[in-house]
Amino acid sequence: MNNSAKNNRTKKSAVLLNGILKENPVLVLLLGTCPTLAVTTQAVNGIGMGLATMVVLLCSNVVISMLKSVISDRVRIPCFIVVIAGFVTIVGMVMEAYVPSLYAALGLFIPLIVVNCIVLGRAEMFASKNGVFISALDGLGMGIGFTAALFIMGSVREMLGSGSWMGMQFLPEGVPTMSVFLLAPGGFFVFGVLVALARKIPAKGVRFKKDFGCEGCGDNDNDKVKESGRS
Amino acid sequence: MKEILVILFSVILVDNFVLSKFLGICPFLGVSKRLDSSVGMSIAVTFVMILATAVTWPLYALLLARFELEYLQIIVFILVIAALVQLVEIMLKKYMPALHSSLGVYLPLITTNCAVLGATILNFDNGYTFAQSLANAFGAGLGFLLAMVLFSGIRQKIEEADVPETFKGVPSVLIAASILSLAFMGFSGMVEGVFGK
Repeated sequence: MNNSAKNNRTKKSAVLLNGILKENPVLVLLLGTCPTLAVTTQAVNGIGMGLATMVVLLCSNVVISMLKSVISDRVRIPCFIVVIAGFVTIVGMVMEAYVPSLYAALGLFIPLIVVNCIVLGRAEMFASKNGVFISALDGLGMGIGFTAALFIMGSVREMLGSGSWMGMQFLPEGVPTMSVFLLAPGGFFVFGVLVALARKIPAKGVRFKKDFGCEGCGDNDNDKVKESGRS
Repeated sequence: MKEILVILFSVILVDNFVLSKFLGICPFLGVSKRLDSSVGMSIAVTFVMILATAVTWPLYALLLARFELEYLQIIVFILVIAALVQLVEIMLKKYMPALHSSLGVYLPLITTNCAVLGATILNFDNGYTFAQSLANAFGAGLGFLLAMVLFSGIRQKIEEADVPETFKGVPSVLIAASILSLAFMGFSGMVEGVFGK
């Protein structure tokens, strides 16, 4: 009894930590690259985007795991998308009301949380197969991992590109900054270097992906397998 | 007419969806390994993008804006895109099986391609008319094709290149994308120069 309770707890913490370290959605699974590159010109924007995505992930994971027995397998993707789009609309409205400056800075990428591979991927791979509480933990862990990665990337780009961190200027007036890091090429470059650095961190059981692509949202080979399995 | 040309050229070269707006990065990095697959994916994306614009623009202008339902934009647009993708797939399967076998595998991926949803939302953020929106969608698709074709050529060279162990695979691809986007920055200001401001 005691042992099984302990096992249960280690399993829960493993699910929570999974998204933060072992399967970090950005640096290990290489998902959600669009917002990662687009909004990380400032560390604050990275955190804002990360938290918005985390709320959507948490809510959609909870609702989808509750509805998993009701949703028929054939129409599951549209159902998941409607749930996710509903929460994205709510998050967008709340942000517009309470943090309008952040909402304006993130712009188009708030509605685009709907098509973030991480959210749909977790719905498909985790929430539709697991219980409510454990899905909530998974959403939370993935959200924290996403936020952390965006924060690191935003910090690097802000420090190199505008000589400040979290809005605090540390380079004296008149020192030229490398503003290319705030532009598109800098985004790709910093992301590439961060993925390479993440590979250097010695960690057990982390399987870095050799290539891009998302298993959760209709990858070519996976889809074929699924379809042949179904028919 | 001039306005449409300006939109077309700026969205293909200057504000390229992939290389300067960061839309559709997943397929850009995921499918650009081979030339034929990148062309197939880009054509499928262009097709769905134009169709989605042609459906969402009247829907928004005539239905949502009229009854003050603008807040439903995200849900309605993503459903329209998902339904269109499904519809296109069924139609292709029935009437053009040859095209379906070459484009079919990319179609399910398009629903979650942020370039399509991004293009339909940007049409309204920029206040485009119907014709301008269609030009925007077409240009975005062509820009995507251009970036994909160029990048698939670069990637084939990277495969053979001798890069340090840590940078093998994904990181080197990202650095190459960075350099390509740096090259595209050379187009900035070109549209104003050609068409006048």
